[in-house]
Amino acid sequence: MSSIITVGGITKTYGETIAVNDLSFSVEEGEIFGMVGPNGAGKTTTIECIEGLRQADRGEIQVMGLDPIRQERQLRPLLGIQLQQAHLPDNIKVWEALDMYASFYDNTLDWEDLLEELGLMDKRGTTFRKLSGGQKQHLFIALALLNDPRLVFLDELTTGLDPHARHNIWDLVQEVRQRGKTVFLTTHYMEEAENLCDRVAILDQGKIVALDTPANLIRDLKISERISFQVKGEWKSGALEDLPGVKNVQRQGDKVVVLGPANGAQVSASIVTGVVNALAEAGTQFSDLRTEYPDLEDVFLTLTGHQMRPERSE
Amino acid sequence: MRAFLKYTWVEIKLFLREPMGAFFTLVFPLVMLFLFGTIYGNEPDAMFNGYGTVDISIPAYTAMIISTTGIMALSITMSAYREKGILRRLRLSPLQPHVILAGQVVVIFMMTLAGMLLLILAGKLVYDLRFDGRVLDVALAFLLGSVSFFSLGFVLASVMPNARTAQVVGMVIFYPMLFLSGAGMPLEILPESIRNFSKYLPLTHVVTMLRGLWIGESWSLHTTEIWVLLGMTLAGVVISSLTFRWE
Repeated sequence: MSSIITVGGITKTYGETIAVNDLSFSVEEGEIFGMVGPNGAGKTTTIECIEGLRQADRGEIQVMGLDPIRQERQLRPLLGIQLQQAHLPDNIKVWEALDMYASFYDNTLDWEDLLEELGLMDKRGTTFRKLSGGQKQHLFIALALLNDPRLVFLDELTTGLDPHARHNIWDLVQEVRQRGKTVFLTTHYMEEAENLCDRVAILDQGKIVALDTPANLIRDLKISERISFQVKGEWKSGALEDLPGVKNVQRQGDKVVVLGPANGAQVSASIVTGVVNALAEAGTQFSDLRTEYPDLEDVFLTLTGHQMRPERSE
Repeated sequence: MRAFLKYTWVEIKLFLREPMGAFFTLVFPLVMLFLFGTIYGNEPDAMFNGYGTVDISIPAYTAMIISTTGIMALSITMSAYREKGILRRLRLSPLQPHVILAGQVVVIFMMTLAGMLLLILAGKLVYDLRFDGRVLDVALAFLLGSVSFFSLGFVLASVMPNARTAQVVGMVIFYPMLFLSGAGMPLEILPESIRNFSKYLPLTHVVTMLRGLWIGESWSLHTTEIWVLLGMTLAGVVISSLTFRWE
């Protein structure tokens, strides 16, 4: 495998704000590479620097051996890009958009085949304005694939979509990769990164805090369980933190998340008991207690000390 | 070339699907023509040096269309395209940036031309329109007027933060100019004091030049207009090339 993207120490600041701080990583040909992190972590800035839409203040980027700014004209036809903030004219029809964008490239796929595959064939005469959020995203994917690119960028592809539409898109992305393309995507849904990506870079405040396969990231946590519950009124985490096997206790509003213990199924049973007993002894009123396997969200929580978002998506 | 043709063709269709733009460019001038044509007819009138109301209105309404498309349609479309990220999406394609902008200008120009041709056609068919100028002269004057107002439109599109502001500012510039420049109603019926003020409106120069060449006056009578409009074009191109933003 060879690196299709190499990023060496890029930094980008907007005024006083450091959006991206000395990032280095590479993306291999044929993989689905994901960049996750909360809003403002620097994901879009990074992807737009790689796409050649923004210039990093420092550092070097190579995409297929080309400089995305200086060799933009050579690179453009080789890239497929879906932007987080992009739009088509309200009154343009689906087929017109594809037909027009197809005319901009020397080599394109048959857009009618693409429409068929993306399930938009019956929408070909519909104006952009009348498409649903999911259909719009399908159309943007079609536009990104139109020139049969080697490398596809998908920025926050499923933000704002309902779970059904999101799963449809995941299938699509898998298919894109099966055609031998490399996919670079950003998301703030940890679940999406976990399900879709071969490798994930976790970004927080402009820095990569971890980069590996989702399975490795979760394994490296050395945590077998997450217990979450709601508490009412006064509550102190001290009693729980001292319990054997508990690794981390986080409170966000009324919600408490307890992580632990080190891998081993037998210990795992005792931490639930321990937690419940400790709560009962302290006379704490709690509800909605559940235990789950740890996921990427817990990786983020453990590495950064804060949650991705105040509420989980489930 | 294929890309440019496809792009401009789609943009023409989009223009025609936008009711406001299409109405004010293609329909409203005809409504004005038929309204005042019905009221005043097209009999020779001493106030207009022996020309009829329709004869002098068609070059004036042409100027009105130029200002509509330049100040309103072009600036609103470009601001909206930027605001929504349509320009951003276009820029990701191999289409060159100057081609993207040129396409917009070409489409707006063709729509302006269509508006004028409809007026001429209606004038010929219904009012026995009188034309004593040379086609080439009027075409050149039309081109100069259009280019000068399109560059003004580009300045607006460049400096306005969004489409809504562009629309409001466009209207504030457009409406007074429409009535005070001789485009919407003949300067001859306006009092002297207003006519003195009219000289300072750029649209007045387009009206004066088009009406003059329409009745066969020589270019030498219109050097002021030529310089004003060329200057406006140059200033507009310079300002908008310095201030135009893609996002």
